[in-house]
Formats: sequence, structure tokens, C-alpha cells
Amino acid sequence: MSNPTTKATREFLKPPVTEVGVIGWLRSNLFNNWYNSLLTVIVMLLFWQLIPPAFSWAFVNSVWNTSAEVCRETDGACWSVIPQNINFIFFGFFPEDQQWRPGLAMVLLIALVVYSKNRNHWKKSLGIYWLINLVVMASLMYGGIFGLPVVETDQWSGLPLTFMLALFGIVAAYPIGVILALGRQSKMPAIKTLCVVYIEMIRGVPLISLLFMSSVMFPLFLPDGVTLDKVLRAQAAIILFSAAYVAEVVRGGLQAMSRGQFEAADSLGLNYNQSMRLIILPQALKIVIPPTVGVLLSVFKDTSLVVIIALYDVLKTTKVTLSNPKWTSYSTEAYIFLAVLYFICCYAMSSYSRKLEKELHTGH
Amino acid sequence: MKLSRLTVMVTILSLLAAGIAFAGKDLDAVKKKGFIQAGVNGNVFGFGMPDNKGVWKGLDVDTARAVAVAIFGDASKVKFTPLTAQQRFTALQSGEIDLLTRNATRTLSRETKLGLNFVTVNYYDGQGFMVPKKLGVKSAKDLSGATICVLPGTTTEQNAADFFRTNKMDWTPVVIESTSELAQTFFAGRCDVLTSDASQLAGTRAIAPNPKDYVVLPEIISKEPLAPAVRHGDDQWRDIVDFAVLAMINAEEMGITSQNVDKMLKSKDPMVQRFLGVIEGNGKALGLDEKWAYNIIKQVGNYGEIFERNVGVNTTLGIERGLNALWTNGGLMYSPPFK
Repeated sequence: MSNPTTKATREFLKPPVTEVGVIGWLRSNLFNNWYNSLLTVIVMLLFWQLIPPAFSWAFVNSVWNTSAEVCRETDGACWSVIPQNINFIFFGFFPEDQQWRPGLAMVLLIALVVYSKNRNHWKKSLGIYWLINLVVMASLMYGGIFGLPVVETDQWSGLPLTFMLALFGIVAAYPIGVILALGRQSKMPAIKTLCVVYIEMIRGVPLISLLFMSSVMFPLFLPDGVTLDKVLRAQAAIILFSAAYVAEVVRGGLQAMSRGQFEAADSLGLNYNQSMRLIILPQALKIVIPPTVGVLLSVFKDTSLVVIIALYDVLKTTKVTLSNPKWTSYSTEAYIFLAVLYFICCYAMSSYSRKLEKELHTGH
Repeated sequence: MKLSRLTVMVTILSLLAAGIAFAGKDLDAVKKKGFIQAGVNGNVFGFGMPDNKGVWKGLDVDTARAVAVAIFGDASKVKFTPLTAQQRFTALQSGEIDLLTRNATRTLSRETKLGLNFVTVNYYDGQGFMVPKKLGVKSAKDLSGATICVLPGTTTEQNAADFFRTNKMDWTPVVIESTSELAQTFFAGRCDVLTSDASQLAGTRAIAPNPKDYVVLPEIISKEPLAPAVRHGDDQWRDIVDFAVLAMINAEEMGITSQNVDKMLKSKDPMVQRFLGVIEGNGKALGLDEKWAYNIIKQVGNYGEIFERNVGVNTTLGIERGLNALWTNGGLMYSPPFK
């Protein structure tokens, strides 16, 4: 005879409702002892205080595309500051009837970046696409052919300027950084010293001072009447600056390689170029993807520092919009918009790098 | 060795001499280029700032346009370089710009040490105070013990400190970095007084939730004569810039506007005839087209017009003429005779 009670216990008795499901999760994570319970209650209260007003400010009482006068009357957010000034925020001084050109150039750029994300597309043809795209973009921006009126670089501003400074900053700084890192590891004293001096000097000064040098000091050394394009000077400063940081990150990767890899390459009879290209660099660069992306993200964000040399990147065009007394009061809305814009770009970069890391992962 | 060192020195010296010899050709360089490169502020509404279509607007901008008209007869022959406060003088010295119209105060040290020539003032500014009406303050002398909102690191802060020290009054500065936050702080009541240049105060008052609740006190505690500047070395270029500004002032005095300038060509008044180039002479003296002053008034307007258009009582800034009225109306705007 079996004991029915025991059997029932074994088969049918469920864990108490307080231990499973939502309640169980809450109990074990949020209310598992007195101070966690207290913290939970405080945080909940804070949320209750903050979120509903913020939500109604941003979405319920807000206005989206009205004049500044209407904004004065509303309690909520005045998102109108963005659509009412969108042309200037995005394209700055680019002549209004020509603004489709930087618009198209940006679409092309983004399309190609998205296309390049897939590693199956990493072939010779991709390089050719990039070359063609660069030429098309340059002619779209500058004009002067196909009957497009010329738009001087001092009129390039807003989002295209930000993207351009960031993209060329990243693309050019990376290889220079790798070369500098290899130079620093070099056995030739002259090259080694040169690289060390360069890296340490650049890392020893802030980007702002480099930009100032390029825009304020540099022209004084040029002969009278000779001026070098301001955008070009800023671009060069950004590249030189970022390259030094990339170099140190890559050096970290090179040092993480075990001695055996170098020796194995030597014993296969590979020369320096071959061993670096085929064995060392592919592994070293893979190791340092996370810190490299960190550096590249900061390059992207640092482009906003060009405001101090009066280049109108997207941050500056927004600020100028806010200098108009009509819109001055709505800086919060404008800055939130910019933050979202920067976040989208940076998040796309970092999530792509994580994907790349996973794909390239060959470790055991 | 000695000889080669000597050669180097001679080369350097001759290069320097050549530099000096070629300086003073600013006007030629501008004419060859076909446009004027003007340095402007880029951030100050009413003086130099692009509108939401990217078109430059402002009193300083229009001043630069007047110079372009004088030389090329075309207001569009000018390109604007936005400059920060730190960059502005270097940009002029290095030749990156030909003309600086960026609300720069004329001072002795800037004229001499920086090697600049300021021309006729195109806006007389000065630092003032704004208070909420309900405080009932009538004069800046009543401000003892006040908390005052001020931008950091500018001459504004210095001027305020000097003012309170000379008048033996106490004050508590509330220092805030950005102009817009400064205004919001003041409106929120965190400080009793806001101090800044009078032109800025007007702009701030305009964006107040209720502008009528605030008054600008009558005292002006500093002199800020804002004038266009060129670099040393080309007197003809300086004269042209100077008289382009003066022509606008003179036109207002003579009652010539962009509307009636064509009618005025038929005026019998020899002074008007000389001014508009009907009687020739002024243009040749400056090395310009005889119609230069006519063109400025026709395309840009007289001083009163550009003032009202950019900063006047009907704009967001709503600034009264005050010191910037003609001398005949109790202001400081005065032009020497055009003869």
C-alpha cells in the first residue's frame, strides 16, 4: 500500500506561487532582503516621479512642427526647433537649391558602408566600388562637372562635414596607426625613435590644441596670400591625432602575440613582410578589435571639436540655430535630437564590431 | 661655412624686405580674387549669423557687403568666414581674411600691438544691467548686495567687478558658461540682475517669457565701440572700407534711402550730387567707380536701414537707436563731408 499523501506530494505539489513566475522572480531579484527591498521601493518611487512627467513633456504636451510662437504657448517639448531648421542643421551653408547633392552623397556613402559590412563582399571589386563612390561623392559635393555649380569647401557643413571628417579620419588613421605600431616595434633605431617621438608627442597634447595649431598658427608660417583649405587642415589634424592612438592599441595586440608565432613564421622562411601580413597582423588586429573600435568611436565624436575652429559640423549648425533668440529656449530638445543622432551612429559601429569579432573568432 | 651662413642671412633679410614691399597690396589682391573674404562672428543674432537657409544676416554682414559693393558694384562678391574670438585677429594678420567685421571693440592695444587699423565705428555698444521690473530698481547705483548673472572670462565680468568696486558696493556673481543658460537662469530668478552688452541684453529680454516684466537700467558701464578692421599696410584699402561705412551714415543724414536713391540722382543739391557721383571726383579719389556710393545705398541701404533691418525696434532684438542715432538726433553717428 502506498501512501497517497506522499504520492500526491511527489507528483502534484507545485512550488509555492511565491517562488516561480513573475512573483518568484521579483522576490528573488528585487525583494530578497530588506535593503534590496528598500532600494527597489526607492527606485520605483523615483521612476514614478520622473517618467510620467518626462513622457508627457516629450510626447503628450509636445508640438512637432510649428512656429516658435506656438511653442511659447505649450508646456511640453518644442520639437519644432528641428524640422523648422532642418535644412541648416543638416546641410549648413550648402546653397539651398543644391542641397540634394550632399543628401545624395550621404545616401551613397551609407549604402556603401552597409554593403561593406558583409564580409562576403570583401573582394577587389569592393575597393573599386569605394573608389568610384569617392569620385562620385567628391563631384557631387564640389561640383564643377556635369553642369553642377561649384560649391567651395567653406560651404561644406552640417552632417556631411561630420561624416566626412569622421570617415576619412577613421579610414586614414587606421593604416597609419598600424604602420606606426610596427615602426615602434622595429629593430631599426632611427625608425623606432621617430615613431616613438611622434606617438608620444601627439598623445601628449589635446586634440583641441592640434586643431588650434592647424587653424591659427599654421597660416602664419605660410607665405602671404597662400592659404590651405580649412577643412583639409582640420582633417589632417584629426588623422594625425587618431593615428597615434590607434598605434598604441595595435602595439598592445602585437605584444599579446606569443613569441612562438614569430618564431614559427621565421622557421617557415617567411620574410618580414610576409610574416607580418600573413601571420602576425591578422591575429594581432583581431585581438584588439574592441579597443580599436573604442578609439574609432571617439574619433567620430571628437569631430565635433572642430567647432572651436569655426567649422560648422552638425553640432555647430545646431548651436547656431539656437543662437536665434526665437529658438534659444529650446536647446534641450535640439541637444536630445543630436544625442540620438550620435547614438545611432556610434551604436551601429559598436554592434558591427561585436558581430565582426564573433565571425572572426577562431580560438578554441 | 661663414660665407654660407651669410648667404642664408641675406636671403632671409631679402625675403623679409620683399614681404614688406609686397604688403600694402591688399586691395590688389582683393580685386584679383574677385571677392572679399570677410571675417564675421557667426553666432550673434542681428550682427553676424546665418539664417535657417544658410544666408548670412546681420549688421556686420551688411557692412562687409557694403565694402563689396563699393569695389565690385555687387553685394554678392563677399565670402564670410565665421571666426571665434581667439581666431579673429590672427585670421586678419595671416591674410586668411581681408576684412574683419566681427563686433570687435576698438582699443589702443589692438591698433598697435596687433597691427590693425580700425575704421569708423558701425555700432556703439556698452555693458548694461537688466533687472525684473518688480524689484523697483531705477539705477545701477541701487544694486548693492545683488546677485548678478554673468558670462565667465569675458571683459564683461571684469567691467562689472570694476564698477562695483569703484562704487563701493557688494555683489555676488553667478557665473554661467553659455548665453542661453544664462538667460534661463536669470528668468528663473536665481539672480537679481543680468549683465552683458546692451545689444545682448535686448536680445535676452526679447526671449523672456514676458518681456514687459524686465527693464534695462540706463547706466552703461563700459565703452564698446565696435568697428570693422583691416591690417596695417594698405592705406587705400583702409580708406575704402572706412568710407563704405561712412557712406551709409552720410546717406542717412542726407535722407537718401535705397527706395529714393534713384530719385535723388536728379537732386539739385551739389552735396547730394557729389555724394552719388553725379558730380564726379569722389570715386576717382578712392580709386573706385564714380557710382560706388550710389551702389551701396541702392543694394545695401543707408545706416538707418541696415540698423532697423537687423537689430532695430521691429526685430526680435528690438534695440533703440540710442548712441547709434545720427548726431543730429543726439547719437554719435557722424560722417565727414564727402568732398
